[in-house]
Amino acid sequence: MIRSFSTEDHDAGGGIQLNSVSKGFTNPEGKYTPIFENLTIDFKPNQLHVVMGTSGCGKSTLGYLLAGFAPPDDGEVKLNNETVRGPGPDRLLVFQETALWPWMTVTQNIVFGPHMRGVASVAELKSQARDMLAKFGLADFSEKYPDQLSGGMKRRVEIAQALINRPTVIILDEPFRGLDVMTREILQEYYLALFEETLQTTIFITSELEEALFLADKIYILGDSPTRIREVIDIDLPRPRNFDVTVSVEYLAYKEKAIELLFRDDHELLS
Amino acid sequence: MWSAISSTLNWRGLASVLGFFILWYMACILELAGFTEMANPIEVIQMFLREYIDSTHYWFSWLTSFQRVLYGFLFAQLLGIPLGLFFGSSQKFRHLFFPVFELLRPIPPLAWVPMSILFWPTNESSIIFITFIGAFFVIVINVFEGVRAIKKEHLLLALSMGVPKWSIFLRIMLPSVIPSIAVGMTLGIAITWDVVIAAEMIASDSGLGRLTWEGYVSSTPEVLVIGMISIGVAGFLSTKIVYIVEKRMMPWRKTNP
Repeated sequence: MIRSFSTEDHDAGGGIQLNSVSKGFTNPEGKYTPIFENLTIDFKPNQLHVVMGTSGCGKSTLGYLLAGFAPPDDGEVKLNNETVRGPGPDRLLVFQETALWPWMTVTQNIVFGPHMRGVASVAELKSQARDMLAKFGLADFSEKYPDQLSGGMKRRVEIAQALINRPTVIILDEPFRGLDVMTREILQEYYLALFEETLQTTIFITSELEEALFLADKIYILGDSPTRIREVIDIDLPRPRNFDVTVSVEYLAYKEKAIELLFRDDHELLS
Repeated sequence: MWSAISSTLNWRGLASVLGFFILWYMACILELAGFTEMANPIEVIQMFLREYIDSTHYWFSWLTSFQRVLYGFLFAQLLGIPLGLFFGSSQKFRHLFFPVFELLRPIPPLAWVPMSILFWPTNESSIIFITFIGAFFVIVINVFEGVRAIKKEHLLLALSMGVPKWSIFLRIMLPSVIPSIAVGMTLGIAITWDVVIAAEMIASDSGLGRLTWEGYVSSTPEVLVIGMISIGVAGFLSTKIVYIVEKRMMPWRKTNP
């Protein structure tokens, strides 16, 4: 599906680490509530890392920490051994809620970032955007405005908008949430094909187990309060994957194991 | 432009409009209470065709009022939009000047008339100033609210892509508040007409408001009605023009009203 996404001078080879990061929120009365305490994760390069957790466990905050929108209260975030000190085009977050600029067309949305940084001519960027849109099945929508697109199309545009910046790490915060099952599965396959082609280091945040198992090299299950990593599961399913893998014996074994891990603590509570 | 009218004007609407004029006419003919001094619609139309349709004085009144509205409205936009942007984007600026703004905002535009006459050297400039006041506060408040309602993600996304500060202001913040500017324009143009008409009656010797007032003073009720209808049409036209401008400002809303 996505055959020739340009990998030249594409710095997809970096990893990102959280080194004993603590982060919390202070409410208006001055009471501090920790979300993470001493969280350490080493997201290795060229892998598809899936972060899973129930809603409210701080998944989105993790995305903000990695993107540099929220500084850690303690510890540090490191990209290729350099401390992260704010947002930057090397770590791009695709927001949970669509963040496309409604007054720009699809093409304008995609080229805006690199155009404003002046990294390439507009003509060059537009041709890159055209190629990406073609690969994402959006060739006919390049001059449409975001409000004229369906939810699934918007998500594809946003991924293209991030990737044209050639980020070291892309962070996707529940990107396919709220889409219907068909669209969701199509987009999962799109993203998987893209990843297997480029080995773009990816942090994929989700609350759906099937999605996690289908996509991941590694699944990090978050939980408890303050949030910690409850479990890390290496998913050793063969690549390239397609939906056939979801009926394989290995997949079902992983699923069984994951469900056991996910609900173990709840069982303990109940018994 | 006429679609809004044609879509509501079926035979029922037509019948009710016709009924309105018949009732008005009958009320005058039968000299019902309150209608003894009133001109009936036939008299109004006759008077209009006989003395007004080719009268320079009449069309000059149109021009004068339109000019005042235009100047007041444009100055209000020119000063109001930047002020609203400053209020929305700089906390220091807001803390410093917003209290003064809020102090003046509740004063109705017409309460400014006497002071305006004292302050401004010409009668024309004082009327334009009052018109300006009418639209100014509404525009500032709307732009200010527009800045505060900017989606945080829209700014963060640009920030993470390394877009320079000035470009974020120009290319992200400004377009974000265009819908709020449009709301300010819609409200502003309506208030501007309200204010200019009243100001003309009180403090001017020209314009459509004055023309209407003269109809009352000279006991020619036909003129009074001609003035009222003219003001209605003028307000309607201005609203439509503003509406067209707003659509131009927001091409991305073309298909999603």
